[in-house]
Amino acid sequence: MRTKRLLAMVVALLLMGSAACTGGDGGSEDGRITLRFQSLAWQEESVDVNKELVKEWNATHPDVKVEYVQGSWDSVHDQLLTSFEGGEAPDIIHDASDDLADFAYGGYLADLRELLPERLKSDIPQRSWETVTFGDGIYGVPFLQEPRVLIANAKWLRESGVRIPTPERPWSWDEFRAITDELGDGDGKYGVAWPLKEPVSATLNLSLSTGGQLFHRGPDGKVRIRFEAGDQVVPRTIHDQVNTDGSASSSTLGSGGSDTLPGFFGGKYAMVPLGFSYRQQIVQQAPKGFEWQVLPAPAGADGLTQGVSPQTLSVAEDSPHKEEAAAFIDFLLQPRNMVRLALGDWMLPTGTGALRDPALRVEEDGWAVGAGLARYLRSAPAQSVRGYPEWKDKVATPAFQEYYSGAIGLGELRERLVGDGNLVLARYQR
Amino acid sequence: MRTRKSARAGQYLALLAYLVFLAFPFLWLISTAFKPPRELGSLHPTWIPKDPTLANFRQAFDEQPLLDAALNSLTAAVGAAVIAVLIATPMAYVMARHRTRLARAATGWVVVSQAFPFVLVIIPLFLVLKNLRLINSVPGLIMVYVVWALPFALWMLVGYVRAVPTELEEAAAVDGAGRLRTLVSITAPLLAPGIVATALFAFISAWNEFFFALVLLKTPEKQTLPVVLTHFIGAEGVADLGPLAAAAFLATLPSLVVFAVIQKRITGGMLAGAVKS
Repeated sequence: MRTKRLLAMVVALLLMGSAACTGGDGGSEDGRITLRFQSLAWQEESVDVNKELVKEWNATHPDVKVEYVQGSWDSVHDQLLTSFEGGEAPDIIHDASDDLADFAYGGYLADLRELLPERLKSDIPQRSWETVTFGDGIYGVPFLQEPRVLIANAKWLRESGVRIPTPERPWSWDEFRAITDELGDGDGKYGVAWPLKEPVSATLNLSLSTGGQLFHRGPDGKVRIRFEAGDQVVPRTIHDQVNTDGSASSSTLGSGGSDTLPGFFGGKYAMVPLGFSYRQQIVQQAPKGFEWQVLPAPAGADGLTQGVSPQTLSVAEDSPHKEEAAAFIDFLLQPRNMVRLALGDWMLPTGTGALRDPALRVEEDGWAVGAGLARYLRSAPAQSVRGYPEWKDKVATPAFQEYYSGAIGLGELRERLVGDGNLVLARYQR
Repeated sequence: MRTRKSARAGQYLALLAYLVFLAFPFLWLISTAFKPPRELGSLHPTWIPKDPTLANFRQAFDEQPLLDAALNSLTAAVGAAVIAVLIATPMAYVMARHRTRLARAATGWVVVSQAFPFVLVIIPLFLVLKNLRLINSVPGLIMVYVVWALPFALWMLVGYVRAVPTELEEAAAVDGAGRLRTLVSITAPLLAPGIVATALFAFISAWNEFFFALVLLKTPEKQTLPVVLTHFIGAEGVADLGPLAAAAFLATLPSLVVFAVIQKRITGGMLAGAVKS
């Protein structure tokens, strides 16, 4: 009997507690609008900048309060999906363009075409808007992006006497292969270490430089995969560096970018292809006196063109205050604020106004090289193709991993990417 | 004699290897938590930091609301453990002592329910909790943890109840003890190790749980430690390793402390039961 009474009390307490703990619906409180902004900023400087900007907004907009909510890159997709399904999504959503397709097509995100001011629309170039265009709508504002660059051991390169590439005069892929062969000694020192834990996005994005497209939309609107000459240059170069020349370490093929840094600092690798934002880790972790520099990735028939999936800010379709949310995004992405966000995340802004800022043009830490690459950045291939995530996880990732490790040849790679891949895509395009 | 000695030595060796295997990640975590960034990027990492620092702990506390998150985790874990035990104990007693068709069906359902993956239940669960206005509330999370822990807790406790000889209860009845008196004075003390072990299981599974907390808690001040720890991880799995290790080390401590305190009771109780049988 006592147990029953106790249980009843516990349940009653839980219900009372929940009533006290559950907040409002994100709407108006005493005539004041509250917007929830879920940010994925995670590095100390970046979190600080985001919080400062929210504070500045709140100080100047007494009627529209923005609440900073910390999200995580690690789990954002699942978390957003359940929030959308349950009608509890934040008003302003920080994410990346390659994660938006399902949410945009699913009707969870607001079409921003009518909500954004002309200033913001014209500040960001069309090639960046393409990364967030799904069907006829625009479902996010691309604001930060990072090219893949070569982080190089400056002393090693200087002493070897190789030509140092610049955005104006980059290496070709053939030249890159020859140079890595020259830099490695075949005895524990390698010209390059490819961290290819995620081989698909790295390969596809870099393949834009050689005219690779892989995904082709036909007149019927359906997408099919073809693995043509332009798609093969980058995979073949990496494969040959690892398996033919021995100029690339095979042990890093399954590693993430951070895992290659100890070997880079320890003088095992002359170069590591990494995202531009890895410079922050390098500044923090490099041994004193270690000289490093940022080089552009090699160029192909299409120059330095490279695919990127910019970070984005979107508005939830369910938000009752879309205009206010769009106004906050406009504030956040004023050129001076975009510069602060870019510096905090060690990335490049998409906005042309911000990109002109002298702070992003300095030679120090490779900012100038990165800024020089901004105009070559395009939408990552296939990010708007439905079925791409399944193709990537089930077909392309194991196929590329096996090819790079030398377990299968180019013919088998083609067969799997195209044959198996088109079967996957067909299921999404019936 | 020599064979017995070498067998004993082999056993100790295997035990040592197992302990090293278990301890390695934790020791590495501690080592990483006290290393400055430059040592984290070293090609030849050392077990003992050359230049130990508390900066990672400072940064972890500065960047994320670790104390609030720890308090939320503690509330959720203790709440889930207590409620799960309160519900599971009488249920387990009934299922163990009255082997009816219903009890067998309930046991079968308990086993089947363990097979449901998180992703299958999360959206319906989210909608149910939303209707109950229990989204973004620690009590709502406690309810979920109780429901999630209950099948296994029940299963564990049924085994413990069955291990208590019915003859003891019958002897108490012969001596004139009523049903309640028998349960309180005879059965409950013998079940104590089982109840403690079950509570420990419920506590640790709630303390470490991530996915439900991620989905059900929306505002930063209500998030639990496992969710807050992911804030040290960036895009493509890049991590702020030092602060992450520092925060993860602190997050591991309560589980260890609870286990260290309770462990003696579990083993003590089990030994006591063994002597009686």
